[in-house]
Amino acid sequence: MHSLTTLVASLPSESFEPASEIVRSGVLLVAPLLVGLPLLSAAVLLLSGRRSDRWGHWLGVLASTASFVVAAIVFVAMLQRSADARVIDVSLGTWIDAGAFQLDAGMRLDPLSLTFVLLVTFVGTLIHVYAVAYMEHDADRRRFFAYLNLFVAAMLVLVLADSYLLLFVGWEGVGLASYLLIGFWNHHYDYAVAAKKAFVANRIGDLGLIIALGLMFATFGAVDFGTVLSGVEGSASQGTLTAIGLMLLLAACGKSAQFPLQSWLGDAMAGPTPVSALIHAATMVTAGVYLIVRSAPLFDAAPTAQLVVVIVGAITLLFGAIVGCAKDDIKKALAASTMSQIGYMILAAGLGPVGYAFAIFHLITHGFFKAGMFLGAGSVMHGMDDQVDMRRFGGLARYMTITWLTFMAGWLAIIGVPPFSGFFSKDKIIEAAFVPVDGSPWRAWVFGGITLLGAGITAFYMSRLFFMTFEGERRWSTKRDGTAQHPHESPRLMTWPMIVLAIGSIGLGFFLNLGGRFVDWLAPVLGHPEHEEPVLPIWVITVLTLGLVIVGVVIAWRRYAISQVPVIPPVGTELTRAARVDLYQDSVNDVLLVEPGQALTRSLVYADRTAIDGTVTGVGLSTVVLGGWARRLQTGYVRSYAASMLLGLVVLVVAVLVIQN
Amino acid sequence: MTDFVAPDVDWAALSPVVIVLIAAVLGVLVEAFVPVRARRTVQLSLALAALFGAIIAVAALWSGVEDTGGTVVLGGSLLVDGPTLVLQGTIALLALLALLIIADRTETGEDAFAPNAAAVPGSEYEELARRKGVRQTEVYPLVLFATGGMLIFPATGDLLTLFVALEVLSLPLYLLTGMARRRRLLSQEASMKYFLLGAFSSALLLFGIALVYGYSGSLRYSEIAEATQVPGGLDSLLLVGSVLILSGLLFKVGAVPFHTWTPDVYQGAPTPITGFMAACTKAAAFGALLRIVYTMLPGLAWDLGVVLWTVAILTMVVGTVAALVQTDMKRVLGYSSIAHAGFILTGIIALNQAGITAVLFYLLVYGAATIGAFGIVWLVRERSGEGPGAVLGEATHLSQWAGLGRTHPLLALTFALFLLSFAGIPLTAGFAGKFSVFSAAVEGGAWPLALIGVLASAAAVFFYVRIIVLMFFTEPAGTDEEATGTAVAAPSGDGFAAIGDTAVVVEARSTVTTTVVGTEGFAVVAIAVCAILTVVLGVFPSPVLELIDGVAAFLP
Repeated sequence: MHSLTTLVASLPSESFEPASEIVRSGVLLVAPLLVGLPLLSAAVLLLSGRRSDRWGHWLGVLASTASFVVAAIVFVAMLQRSADARVIDVSLGTWIDAGAFQLDAGMRLDPLSLTFVLLVTFVGTLIHVYAVAYMEHDADRRRFFAYLNLFVAAMLVLVLADSYLLLFVGWEGVGLASYLLIGFWNHHYDYAVAAKKAFVANRIGDLGLIIALGLMFATFGAVDFGTVLSGVEGSASQGTLTAIGLMLLLAACGKSAQFPLQSWLGDAMAGPTPVSALIHAATMVTAGVYLIVRSAPLFDAAPTAQLVVVIVGAITLLFGAIVGCAKDDIKKALAASTMSQIGYMILAAGLGPVGYAFAIFHLITHGFFKAGMFLGAGSVMHGMDDQVDMRRFGGLARYMTITWLTFMAGWLAIIGVPPFSGFFSKDKIIEAAFVPVDGSPWRAWVFGGITLLGAGITAFYMSRLFFMTFEGERRWSTKRDGTAQHPHESPRLMTWPMIVLAIGSIGLGFFLNLGGRFVDWLAPVLGHPEHEEPVLPIWVITVLTLGLVIVGVVIAWRRYAISQVPVIPPVGTELTRAARVDLYQDSVNDVLLVEPGQALTRSLVYADRTAIDGTVTGVGLSTVVLGGWARRLQTGYVRSYAASMLLGLVVLVVAVLVIQN
Repeated sequence: MTDFVAPDVDWAALSPVVIVLIAAVLGVLVEAFVPVRARRTVQLSLALAALFGAIIAVAALWSGVEDTGGTVVLGGSLLVDGPTLVLQGTIALLALLALLIIADRTETGEDAFAPNAAAVPGSEYEELARRKGVRQTEVYPLVLFATGGMLIFPATGDLLTLFVALEVLSLPLYLLTGMARRRRLLSQEASMKYFLLGAFSSALLLFGIALVYGYSGSLRYSEIAEATQVPGGLDSLLLVGSVLILSGLLFKVGAVPFHTWTPDVYQGAPTPITGFMAACTKAAAFGALLRIVYTMLPGLAWDLGVVLWTVAILTMVVGTVAALVQTDMKRVLGYSSIAHAGFILTGIIALNQAGITAVLFYLLVYGAATIGAFGIVWLVRERSGEGPGAVLGEATHLSQWAGLGRTHPLLALTFALFLLSFAGIPLTAGFAGKFSVFSAAVEGGAWPLALIGVLASAAAVFFYVRIIVLMFFTEPAGTDEEATGTAVAAPSGDGFAAIGDTAVVVEARSTVTTTVVGTEGFAVVAIAVCAILTVVLGVFPSPVLELIDGVAAFLP
């Protein structure tokens, strides 16, 4: 069993910021193609219009695949370099040159960004392939692929940026793509509202990022990673760093659906399922984790901000897990689970050097098993006439074997059964959470306990989801047109991506954990964590985790696999009812934000009508009156023109003479 | 002053001017000796070659001037320094673009000029000349002469040369203004007004020169500047003289209260000539004004400040306000050019290095957008009935532009680009220009001017956007697809009838519709180049700004 004790403390980890190298030649210069290819494809698809309907989706797949190939080339080139030469800047020229503020646009190629690039392009390509079949009957399939390509390009800009400002460009880009894709079927009013909700929640987060940018510029005079992260130890005060850290956290909360900005993610499931898999499970929603891990030196220097990060992660972890237990919509249950799993990652990122690498580790394995399960859910919906209510599933294992098996791989991975992927990554986070900070054990007990409890609940609700869908007796309804359901396996274009992701769900964690190779790989960016002893022995933690997982699975098995599942949801306890409505998050938002906001808007509109419009109309009217006078002067007679010139001249001369004397 | 010593002439430094003037003289000879059929081709090639040559000559002189700071030519009458070269390059380039539009002909072989400008409008003789396909190819040498004068104007080192250059550039323009093919009475009226008021302002300028000479005993800028340093008893002579000289130049740039000719002349002149005038004359006159304010009158900066401030404020306000109530496209652009003159003046008042750079840059970007915009105005025509012969003059009433964005999206988009540049919207060249003049003004302590400039720009956005809305979001009153349709908008033949209605009035008249005329393509090339300049200088202004900044210093 690999654990913290096997890690070697080779480098001091406090505020570790590597020196970067600027590359001007060689194979790494192909990196801009990573972004360029999908962007170009998106542009072609959007501009060419209906005439590319027949082949547009294949162009989208090709662009994503090509981007992955480029990523693989860069990865191989990177592996050939020595570990300490793996942080590379590829300059793209001067971007902004405004007085004191000069910023070069460039790409930061390092193990961290490359990890994301590989995840995004690989999983992205699989989901592109899946979507070719999934969206086959949609008239706007070309537009869908254009947005998907746009998303891939923006996500790559986000992770490859070498400054917070360029990261912000990608950040907004993925937000835009997400908005367009959630509202892809915007002729449904509810879906359009969902898109808007995601948009607004993200805007609040973006505000945090903008304020953070401003604070960075005011403090360090720059917004590029190099200057900001290496300048942390010198100039900035503790208060400023904490403020920057909290603002970055706010940004992360918006993008990664963390408490208190989490409410949009469930509604975002209105988008087509491939979108949920790619954007709202595997990649975009993890951007917040990336942001925090990327800013590691900054958070290391701001312990208060770190503590808030951990608290937010812990709350979201439980929040998502509880909500996940009550949801009957398969996609919404998966969304709640995504929220909860990202809570784990955020928590790990807030733990400091002991957690960074594991946050990313869990992010990667989660990217595989969660995307796989979303594709599985899509496959179920495909076979069940777009039914999403799990109370209307049951016993599907016989009818869609591949979906069942691949989903099972994802299920075992997420609940952390060895040797599936999730076991290795989640177990590490739980161990790290049990490490005392600053010698005070209370944090270790509180957060360690929460992660442990979360693992148990996760096992329960994911098993519930799995059993309600694939096991037990059939509870199928009729199709929308009234005929009987005929569940069937999905076409190969859909099953193959699921199989590939299932392989990742099974073996990736073990593979990456072997000899601590993933931590070593990230070491040039994040440093090697120093060895720290958890408050409990590691074997005790692992046993406790597995024990809770087994309890969770058994309870779910008894309630949802071997006993009758009611088709009409029972009234349930107070907690269940609350969890069904996202623990009243929408109501809280309504009372706290929406209603005061609307009242403010109404009063502003009133003020605008009376005061501002009045003024503007007044100015407009008086301008027109003035213009009328001016026009009357423009008589068309040369004599009056000459007279006005002369008059003007005389006035000017008199003025000069008067002033001079 | 008994011995006349022939000055040592540095012909190389004069080459941009000499090339253009020689070509102009040759052009006159072409009129005399080349057969009619070949004349247009020869004239056009000659004129294009001359303007190309001038640009190349400017480029060849560039590095020398960059190193030495410039040369004094003709014993001080002409100063070939950095600003001179920038302006000569700008004027030659803009004149080249304008020439392409001037030279262009519609599908039916009509250019913008009357077949025989001497014929009485509406006479049988005119009709005969039209049917015979007579051409007034004298246009080309006239344009070259005017350009030659413009090239000299900003380079002058003494007041007499200034006056001569002013006349050389003005006289051909008076003629060209009266040569419009359509609405000839309007054109001739404009020409006459321009001539009378121009003569009036020339007289003021000349009188001012005499007064200043009386004070300082010299015509040379540098010597006058020295004389102003010495306190004397005749200050009022100097001050009044200076104000008169400034007013002569402010007339040329169309600054309030010397602007009254601008809308009428811009409206009456053949549209390609309006573009040429608006862009190139403005560049030349502002160049001369810049040089005089910076090298001849810096000692009087405080005393003359009130004149320039008053004029600048009035110009910005009147130009903007009056443009709001116009209903004729050419008059809107005319008033907009007045407002722009005010913005450029704020850069001049800055009285610093940044001001020079900003003004020179502004002239380039404003000129490019202006030539492009008037080029498009020239292409948008009225049509009466079917067939190529049914195409009439420019559809200049605003209501006729309604829906152009639907029928001719690319053209309307390009026009919108020019309008946005006029309005100073970011990512267009106009923004970079406005930003640089206003920041120079703030740097030079003239922040109230910059503030008024920003407010005027904000108000001006209204009428530019109104046109864009009209083109893209208003139903067309009649398109060429529905030539027999009913609704029609057309201005009456009397151009000034448009004055009088605040709202855009749609008057029903027979079956006149709006169309875009096809041409030989020169104009399209010119408009495309203007559009590219407007975008490129808007997105990447810094290389050009740095290039200008590197040489933006006047010889004393």
